[in-house]
Amino acid sequence: MSVIEIGTTVRPSAPAPLRPPAALSVLMRRFMQWGQRVLWALASIGIVIGVWEYAAWAGWADPLLMPAPHVFLGNWHEQLRFFDMANTIGSAGEGGSWLAVLSVVAWTSMRVFVGLALGFVLSVAVGLLIRYNTLFGKLTLPAVTMFAPISPVAWLPVAVFLFGIGDKPAIFMVFIAIFFVMVIATLAQIDEVPRAYIQVARIMGASKRQVFRTVILPAILPGLFVTLRINLFAAWMVVLVAEAAGVGSGLGQIVMMARNTFNASLVFFTMTLIGLTGFLFDQALRLVQQRMLWWADNHTAGRGA
Amino acid sequence: MSIVGKKIANEAANETANAIECRGVGKIWNADTAKPFVALRDIDLAVAPGEFVVLLGPSGCGKSTLLYLLAGLESPTSGELLSEGVPITGTSPQRGMIFQEASLFPWLNIRDNVAYGLALQGIDKARRDEAAMALLSRVGLQDFWSKRPSELSGGMRQRAAMARALAMQPKVLMMDEPFAALDIQTRAKMQDYLLDLWRESGASMLLVTHSIEEAIGLADRIVVFTARPGRVKTIVPVALPRPRNPRDPAFHALQDRLAELLADEVDRAFAEQEAVR
Repeated sequence: MSVIEIGTTVRPSAPAPLRPPAALSVLMRRFMQWGQRVLWALASIGIVIGVWEYAAWAGWADPLLMPAPHVFLGNWHEQLRFFDMANTIGSAGEGGSWLAVLSVVAWTSMRVFVGLALGFVLSVAVGLLIRYNTLFGKLTLPAVTMFAPISPVAWLPVAVFLFGIGDKPAIFMVFIAIFFVMVIATLAQIDEVPRAYIQVARIMGASKRQVFRTVILPAILPGLFVTLRINLFAAWMVVLVAEAAGVGSGLGQIVMMARNTFNASLVFFTMTLIGLTGFLFDQALRLVQQRMLWWADNHTAGRGA
Repeated sequence: MSIVGKKIANEAANETANAIECRGVGKIWNADTAKPFVALRDIDLAVAPGEFVVLLGPSGCGKSTLLYLLAGLESPTSGELLSEGVPITGTSPQRGMIFQEASLFPWLNIRDNVAYGLALQGIDKARRDEAAMALLSRVGLQDFWSKRPSELSGGMRQRAAMARALAMQPKVLMMDEPFAALDIQTRAKMQDYLLDLWRESGASMLLVTHSIEEAIGLADRIVVFTARPGRVKTIVPVALPRPRNPRDPAFHALQDRLAELLADEVDRAFAEQEAVR
């Protein structure tokens, strides 16, 4: 192996020239990719609608129980009156505009969002505490592990006992649905932080708090975001259950009312709204993930899922 | 000893002190368990300021362990470790370390990685960015400052890691097989970079390797380790003028001698590994 050539100090060759900023073509390519994604999504939904419509046309599906998409989407103006701006219990029938629909969707989304945000922050905090305070960890971890497998639905009575009726029990349900799982995911993520990262920081003179803020936290966030996205759907399922039972407003309450009044069109109309909103939530989280955790796609994303 | 007395003693020690000194250092992993593992035994070693010392030995002989002890990441089971005459009790930016994998933070770009230690010290952004850019141009990476580590080659990442360690202006820079993961051509270039940086910084260098060529190419002195438990078998001074030419007969002679010294130890290490199975 040649170590050093005599008399020459080897210098690096000139750095590779960066590609010219072809912003326009990049924009075009992105637009094309986006267009393709949309087309595939439309095709996917189109198949579902197509099969359903065919089943209805062929007479396999009872139009009263399983109204075809063109029916329950077509008579939206009849459904709007069930959506109410007031977000109070039992005041259905005073709405009647898309604004009211948006308001109901917004109230449900708010409960999901607040529950998720609280759950995320607190679970990461508790996870970090468990790893960094031995006594706290020994006292807490067994309980967390015991609570984790309990279905959030089992917490519904507790939510109502504790918080009565209103926004709080629904938020509590979303919180409970992700909290224990996220604590355990946080622990897994902390244990996976490469030791060399921490050693580098310590050698550079980082205090325990600095190691924490500048190494552990950025190292675990991408994996936790993936876990959060996966649990987002669980949060949506739970919030509907809570609304149906304990809140008395929101999308869940409307589905429950539709069931009680045997309004199949309203059930499917609301389900469509739920699906769309959940999809948008996932896209929004994805965007946040890409913006804030830009480094993660090659490294830690996909871990801890 | 009073605080004043201690301070005077330290200052007196500083004048003649070695950059690094090990006195009878031993390290036993899992010492208090049923399966203790003796990694190091009776290490006596001194590194002068500005000296380039290479630790050479078969894999698993505890060379890396010694670096971890000197870095202050682990503490020895027996013996004493001194840095400029002062006992080593923990990590210090004065004793930098470069790992086999570059271990750059993936969430920072290259410049911010290099500036990381300065940021810990609370130096303001404009000044630390300037310092980081100056260091990056010394390792030929100034045009890549905005890249993330995953966008660079292994050699570039390792150069960035060197720049990051040098940002702390360490008195001692320790390297744990820093070029082991690189191909041979890149290795040769990296060694040149390292020698340049060593000359410019005036820091003592302590590099672990199992490559004889690398050891001769770089070192003022080569410390040959025995197989586990690691002890200093012998210390070989390298008096060849730099830059060193591997085709030089003196280089060859040294290579043969070191190969002979190592052969027994490699055999022993190998036999032991087989026996464990």
